[in-house]
Amino acid sequence: MIAWLRQLYLRAAAGFRRAELDTDLDSEIASHLDAAIADNLRRGMTQEEARRQALVRFGPVARAAERHREARGLPALDVLRQDLRFTLRTLRRDRAFACVVVLVLALGVSANVAVFSVIDTLLLRPLPYRAPDRLVWLATNGGEGGLSEQTYTVSAFEEFRRYNQSFQDVTSYQTFFNSIQYKLTGRGEPLPVVGVQVAENFFPLLGVGPYVGRLFTPDECRKGGRAAALLSYPFWQRQFGGDPNIVGRAITIQAAPADITGPVTVVGVLPPTFDFGTVFSPGMQVDFFVPAYMDFWRTWGNTLALLGRLKPGVSLAQAQAESDILFPRLKAAHREWWEDYKSTLSGLQERVSGRLRRSLYVLWCAVGLILLIVCINVSNLLLARAMSRGKEFAMRTAIGATRGRLVRQLLTESLALTGAGALLGLAIAWGLTFYLARQSLITLPLLATVRLDSAALAWTVLIAIAVGTVFGLVPGLKLAGGNLHDALKDGGPGMSQGRRHERLRSTLVVSEVAMACVLLVGAGLLLRSFLRLLDVDLGFRPANVAAIPIEFDDGKNMARRGAVLQEILQHVRTLPGIESAGLTDMLPLDRNRSWGLVAKENVNDRSQPHGAFVYVVSPGYLETMGMRLIAGRDLSWHDGPDAQHAIVINEAAARREWPGQDPIGRPAYGPGRGEARVVGVIADVRESSLEDRASVQMYIPLTQFQPEGTELVVRTRLPIAAIEPAVLSTLRSLNPGQPHTQFRAIQQIVDHAVSPRRFLVLLVSSFAAFGLLLASLGIYGVISYSVTRQAQEIGIRMALGASAGRVQLGVIGQTLRLTLIGLVIGGAVSFAVARAIASLLFGTRPADPLIFAAMVSLLAVVALLAGHIPARRAARIDPIAVLRGQ
Amino acid sequence: MPPDRLELLQGTLDLMVLQTLAGMGPLHGYGIARRIEQVSGEQVLLNQGTIYASLVRLQQRGWIRAEWGISDNNRKAKFYAITRQGRKQLAQDTAYWRRLTDVMGRVLAEGEEP
Repeated sequence: MIAWLRQLYLRAAAGFRRAELDTDLDSEIASHLDAAIADNLRRGMTQEEARRQALVRFGPVARAAERHREARGLPALDVLRQDLRFTLRTLRRDRAFACVVVLVLALGVSANVAVFSVIDTLLLRPLPYRAPDRLVWLATNGGEGGLSEQTYTVSAFEEFRRYNQSFQDVTSYQTFFNSIQYKLTGRGEPLPVVGVQVAENFFPLLGVGPYVGRLFTPDECRKGGRAAALLSYPFWQRQFGGDPNIVGRAITIQAAPADITGPVTVVGVLPPTFDFGTVFSPGMQVDFFVPAYMDFWRTWGNTLALLGRLKPGVSLAQAQAESDILFPRLKAAHREWWEDYKSTLSGLQERVSGRLRRSLYVLWCAVGLILLIVCINVSNLLLARAMSRGKEFAMRTAIGATRGRLVRQLLTESLALTGAGALLGLAIAWGLTFYLARQSLITLPLLATVRLDSAALAWTVLIAIAVGTVFGLVPGLKLAGGNLHDALKDGGPGMSQGRRHERLRSTLVVSEVAMACVLLVGAGLLLRSFLRLLDVDLGFRPANVAAIPIEFDDGKNMARRGAVLQEILQHVRTLPGIESAGLTDMLPLDRNRSWGLVAKENVNDRSQPHGAFVYVVSPGYLETMGMRLIAGRDLSWHDGPDAQHAIVINEAAARREWPGQDPIGRPAYGPGRGEARVVGVIADVRESSLEDRASVQMYIPLTQFQPEGTELVVRTRLPIAAIEPAVLSTLRSLNPGQPHTQFRAIQQIVDHAVSPRRFLVLLVSSFAAFGLLLASLGIYGVISYSVTRQAQEIGIRMALGASAGRVQLGVIGQTLRLTLIGLVIGGAVSFAVARAIASLLFGTRPADPLIFAAMVSLLAVVALLAGHIPARRAARIDPIAVLRGQ
Repeated sequence: MPPDRLELLQGTLDLMVLQTLAGMGPLHGYGIARRIEQVSGEQVLLNQGTIYASLVRLQQRGWIRAEWGISDNNRKAKFYAITRQGRKQLAQDTAYWRRLTDVMGRVLAEGEEP
């Protein structure tokens, strides 16, 4: 085996030392002949006879050298090298052609590889946990509504964990991690950090082990136990320079409003592969994890997200069936539970990427279509080239090249081209995935883990080889199958071979136009949906508004809070450039929480849900956000701790609780104990997504309820960067403990909310644009070739009196015919495709006539432009020159 | 030149070269060719040039090695010498050839007997 490898190596290496080895052989042969001549002279021959005999006995020198070369090297490799060298030479002559082919292929391949990488990450690759297909996500309320409506209480979690038979174990994490503001202190300025509280068995259940150190011990997960934290890998690298000695050291964390404050011991670091955000909260970077103290959260409402690991042999349906029985039973045993926690179980993978599946498949189809168009285009180009070289090949056949050799040469050429295209495409794709993985503004799960993986690599190689083989073989076989005599003659006017080629190429172009049409219509529909979405009445005006998390010190005294906050707002409002300011604990389209809201008269009506999103706000907040008060008044500072609870509701709440009535002044139950009174109604605000209608919301005063964190919202005429220092220093002067936080533009939050759709639209639109370009290139190529081929005919017609305009019209007519056929087919297919993507559209009908008309005319115009260039050339043909050339 | 010279069978030339080098020590290409012709009593039909394909093949298999040197008549020439591995191979191939010719001889003799 080793000897064999050694030989292979030597033979292959010989191919690269050709010149050296040939010289060596030449001198060896020379010395051989010298020795033979000397020998013969010694035997008494004449000089001439001695030389002749030596040469005769040696045999043909060239043949000996050839056999030597064959023996020492790999003949196949030599031929390949010969072909490659020839390929490079011919391609260098046809530089424009080579560049176009390589570039077109590179773009097609890179788009495919990049999209495949994304799809592989989101849909195909298992989640980076142990046996991820056994992990199940549990959600109440069918997974709809705010976080509070999908999550569980500590009691529900513990009881389900104890009594279920389907799961090996069930774990949870605290979902309101956004509402707990952590600060890392004792290391310079207070640094806001993101922490997540997890149950003790969270990491063991997922199968995630520590990278350094250890996981939490039971003692550390007990309220009053030793405070412990696990760092995320990026935070460890960023903040502690990857120092392994961090384990066992204490860091100081302050948290509001939760329970951990003070020194916390770092017990370990999680592995780089574990990224909580990408799976559970896309777009979020988590810095550290602390145990969720169940005894602390026990008195709170629904705050825990549940996930479990199925026992071997138990199916998801069985677990669902058990949960359907178990939760009502548990509810019966627990009179204090507010709801029955009717749960929907789904695979964790499904929960993470399920919603995206359709968009991603659309993307996949679009990019697949692009590859198809690219293939057709390149094959069209290669075909045109092969035709123009018909005579060359005929000549080579005439002087002894076999057909196999010619096909092989063509195959080498197309493989070299596609290989170069694939390589360049791979480089581009690598750049693209690198870029995508760093787009924290796009809230797609797992996007941060997108990378060019071996599967994508294999995919490219496969595409390149397939494309290369097909393109190499089609023209090759056509040539090889053709008659030598015909080939030598072809190229003259009206030859059947030329026409046959042209028909094939026309068919290719028609299909190209049809596919581009489908792409364009799809992209157009998605684009219109996106524009519709941007046009949605948000219920607030995000432009020129920004928010910054603040802290204040009210000494836990609700009566003092009003004064402290009023002072902050007053100071901020006097700053230059600030138009208005207000406070809230949660922003729309950001984090949320929900409580119940029910009109006093409906309190015993159990027929409909009572959930409502709650926002604890200051007077002036609604105005600052640009929310529109429809009836009644805004909250006021007079709605103090001792006054009756005041609430502002939205229209959805008015519709649900007081249909057809005026809700102002009506009593309701919901926030806090006792009755609250509706003081105002605002227009609906989109709080969860732009695509769903607004849910029931209520706005309650900061002076009556404890906010979960506080955001200062300002409306300003100036850029955010210009007001930030002044606002921060004002906040610092009022509260020295104010951490160094940053303003977030509200527009940015809105952009964040539409980012997955933007991502889809952007990609599909660029694919469509690329498809359009390729289709026009294809049309140009075919028409241009046909003009060249018919130059003589056109010249004769012009000599016989056809005007330039008439010739031009004829060529444009030819273009129009190809385009129209393509458009008719493409249009028909587009209808079907539009229906298939109907669920991805927003405010747009699948058969939107505007989009269809716009896209079809766009394609027609571009096609005509592409045909116009050769048409002008045709019109400028000089009949005299053509007739002379004949 | 005798008209009925033997065409060499595939692979026999390699064996002859090995045997020649084993018996004679280092030789250059012409020397090897001449030696084979002499030993065979000028019965082998050998285009001397074909020996070089054989030499490069044996070299790549590691059975012989080559280096440039000075020949008897004071000219530069490439000398080939058998390696230890080559000797081993020679022994194997020789045994194989003996068996083959033996068997061939017996089989062909069978037909002549009656």
